[in-house]
Amino acid sequence: MTESTLETSGREGLDEQGTTNSAVPPRSSRGHRFTSYDVEAFEVPGGREEDWRFTPMKRLRGLHDGSAAATGSLSVEVTGDSSARVETVGREDERLGRAGAPADRVAAQSWCSFSEATVVTVPKDTRASEPITVTVHGPGEGATAYGHLQVRAEPLSDATVVLDYRGSGVIGDNVELIVEDSARLSVVTIHDFADDATQVSSEHASLGKDAVFRHFAATLGGDLVRVNTKVSFTDRGGDAEVLGVYFTDSGQHQEHRLLMDHAQPNCRSNVTYKGALQGDSARSVWIGDVLIQAAAEGTDTFELNRNLVLTEGARADSVPNLEIETGEIAGAGHASAIGRFDDDQLFYLQARGIPYDQARRLVVRGFFGEILQKITVDEVRERLEAAIDKELAAVGE
Amino acid sequence: MATLEIKDLHADVVTEEESKEILTGVNLTVRSGETHAFMGPNGSGKSTLAYAVAGHPKYTVTSGSVLLDGEDVLEMSVDERARAGLFLAMQYPVEVPGVSMSNFLRSAATATRGEAPQIRHWVKEVKQAMSNLEIDESFSERSVNEGFSGGEKKRHEILQLDLLNPKFAILDETDSGLDVDALRVVSDGINRYRQNGDRGVLLITHYTRILKHVQPDYVHVFVGGQVVESGGPELADELEESGYVRFTNKKEAAAQS
Ligand SMILES: Nc1ncnc2c1ncn2[C@@H]1O[C@H](COP(=O)(O)OP(=O)(O)OP(=O)(O)O)[C@@H](O)[C@H]1O
Ligand SMILES: [Mg+2]
Repeated sequence: MTESTLETSGREGLDEQGTTNSAVPPRSSRGHRFTSYDVEAFEVPGGREEDWRFTPMKRLRGLHDGSAAATGSLSVEVTGDSSARVETVGREDERLGRAGAPADRVAAQSWCSFSEATVVTVPKDTRASEPITVTVHGPGEGATAYGHLQVRAEPLSDATVVLDYRGSGVIGDNVELIVEDSARLSVVTIHDFADDATQVSSEHASLGKDAVFRHFAATLGGDLVRVNTKVSFTDRGGDAEVLGVYFTDSGQHQEHRLLMDHAQPNCRSNVTYKGALQGDSARSVWIGDVLIQAAAEGTDTFELNRNLVLTEGARADSVPNLEIETGEIAGAGHASAIGRFDDDQLFYLQARGIPYDQARRLVVRGFFGEILQKITVDEVRERLEAAIDKELAAVGE
Repeated sequence: MATLEIKDLHADVVTEEESKEILTGVNLTVRSGETHAFMGPNGSGKSTLAYAVAGHPKYTVTSGSVLLDGEDVLEMSVDERARAGLFLAMQYPVEVPGVSMSNFLRSAATATRGEAPQIRHWVKEVKQAMSNLEIDESFSERSVNEGFSGGEKKRHEILQLDLLNPKFAILDETDSGLDVDALRVVSDGINRYRQNGDRGVLLITHYTRILKHVQPDYVHVFVGGQVVESGGPELADELEESGYVRFTNKKEAAAQS
């Protein structure tokens, strides 16, 4: 595949201004972030800020400036393995907010605006043999809703959760994913909205001692989808694999911002996102931040983003960023590439008689194949494969 | 009995900056049952000819024609050409990550044969073809050409030749980069294909060593984007001994007059 790295900004070395508890983030650090549960603690972003410079602010529909009042609600349905405890709780529930505080104004707005939260608990020592599916429907076209979900895997438990977003409207939400000591939690998040939808979602994953966290994000639909995923290690031995695919069509803006915050020794993180883009003004943004704090000796981390631009007029931005504050790491690396659809690959397949459309499908499936294989829930994997085939057929040059 | 006719073919390579004429009037006719060896210095345009006939988008034919049994090949898309019976074993086979060799072979066979081969029969057929070429079975599950060594890629080109059994095969330096044993294995593969009956081969090579295994009926010398001399197998021996000097001079002299 012909690849050219468009933008990489891996700064490897000591971030001198970064300190763990700074209330105000030093300007040069993207890893150390200001956080607050108070929406007014954040200024209304104008669009030039580092955090917002890729986002078309108008299409946030007021989620960022306080003008988007809740006019509807999300419908949340939980099905699947019965060993999990499912509760709908009010704002006052003390468990909420444990995984981390909002790091931008929209996340804080969502935190201040939701009225009900869903809490899914996988009890201690429990192994859920079936996936637990949380289906979230948007409030409908023209309406705005705020949501909050917490999934907590208690010590030594093991579960898979599918978080399936569908429907229309404007959605701001926070998702807490808490993996306690020696628990294992796999989460597949599917953002499969209707064309009008706007979603700004902040995911806060918090890993205990020897916790294993597997995350797979698939973003397909929506007018604008922006997902922040932060993984915090609260003790030694945490292991996070954070994967994602996106298929960005004409007119869509899909933005994934990752932060692996290594504050503890001997943890591992592996981030791999792959995206394909097609059609006029299809736009994807991938920001991969990794922060290895001074205490995080023995960290092993790698992040990778690959983009396949299928047609003219589509644009992908990819910015990996590594901040390392200790010399004692096991390994740290990143790679990022934006490749054009490869004429030589198509030619090779066609030269063996395979028709153009089928050749194109094979190449794109091949591009996503390896990463899709990591989804252990068969229905979800098949659904995503079918969705990608459908996207490809839609263009049908 | 089939015929591949290349008449006064001119073609440009199109790069981002410019387009440059590489083929300057190629004339060549290959009939089924014949093997033609094609030799010429680096950069003379041998691969360009192969690609132009196969329809690679980087090369534009500016004039001339290519006919397969009288049908205009240049009017066909790349895959139509392959289904019409043309095959190109590439000098640098392309890696296609994420597409398994077995999926690829089956898709190709389905396309060129017009129907999906029966699964049980097909599995046996592939197994046999792989063992003929001394290719380990584990390659079926690997991505097309990805991480294959140079020699492994060449063996797989001949594997495809064997399974797709086209009317005409252009083999672009299939012998380059092969050790002696691999050369014998690959040559045997080409010969098995030739024995299928009415099959035509255009064998592009720099070395006579493959011609000892795969005997050509004709040898052509290709310089400056055209055939400058044609003869029998003895021409290859002359090239081996004296190089291309006589022909490059001839070409220059012709250009000056
Ligand atoms: N894609 C391309 N971009 C730029 N120049 C090209 C391209 N393809 C071919 N050329 C040029 O066209 C000329 C002929 O190349 P070609 O590969 O056909 O030669 P060849 O006879 O096959 O050489 P070799 O024996 O080294 O394989 C060369 O000067 C080469 O640099
Ligand atoms: Mg060549």
